[in-house]
Amino acid sequence: MTTDLNNIGTSLDFFVVVSIALFVIGAFGVLTRKNMIVLLMCIELMLNSVNLLLVTFSKYHGAADPQVFVFFIVVVAAAEATVGLSILIMAYRNRKSIDIELFNKLKD
Amino acid sequence: MSLQIISIILGSLTIASALMVVLSKHPIRSVIFLVVTFFFISSLYILMNAQFLAIVNIIVYAGAIMVLFLFVLMLLNLNKSAEPESSILVKFSSLIAAGGLFLVLIAALKDSILLSKTYIPNNEAIGTVEGLGNLLFSKYVVPFEVSSILFIAAMVGAVLLAKREKQIID
Repeated sequence: MTTDLNNIGTSLDFFVVVSIALFVIGAFGVLTRKNMIVLLMCIELMLNSVNLLLVTFSKYHGAADPQVFVFFIVVVAAAEATVGLSILIMAYRNRKSIDIELFNKLKD
Repeated sequence: MSLQIISIILGSLTIASALMVVLSKHPIRSVIFLVVTFFFISSLYILMNAQFLAIVNIIVYAGAIMVLFLFVLMLLNLNKSAEPESSILVKFSSLIAAGGLFLVLIAALKDSILLSKTYIPNNEAIGTVEGLGNLLFSKYVVPFEVSSILFIAAMVGAVLLAKREKQIID
């Protein structure tokens, strides 16, 4: 499928701005939210913004290697979500809550 | 309607749904808006001619990871919004920090953004299954195998962590 997508070059810089905005929104969510599951979702959002940036630069330079890196980032994100959610289940069993303010047992 | 207008509309919708993920109080609504965000990101991939990654994004993220989040959210019965609010000081300082991060990243990538005048279009189909598969199984075959080891480790870790023990050390 090689349609005439080449005049998209002028909007590639817009995609860079979109991916930066997604990363900043994810960082803002990590800083403000207290629900642990929403925090994990914000981390997924930040990983996706990096994926979008890599695909943009892959299109920009005409190289396929960044898209392979995106594939590996998706793999790592899947493993991270699995382990993070099982840690969340363990924490919920101990505390009966997923508020991150309550998880301060290691501090004292 | 030119492709540029379409991409600007889709990018704005992506940012709007990502904002809704962070701002909505209900965790279920956050999950739904995150799925919507992933679909919009996939549409941006299709605009950039990366069809394989668009499909992988939908299958893996919207199909597998988000369903896992929804399962945990519903099995633990956490779909009520009992989340305590952050204080207004934390919200304000987070807003300042996020805005500062946005400015710094835009300033750092300013030169690369301005480079798009010299963009050289190529008709090579680099995002197809054939092109990516050739690269993945020749140049990047060792990281591909290592990622399978990572998956096995994550699976064993998840099973060990989520298994109910006889006595929970408190």
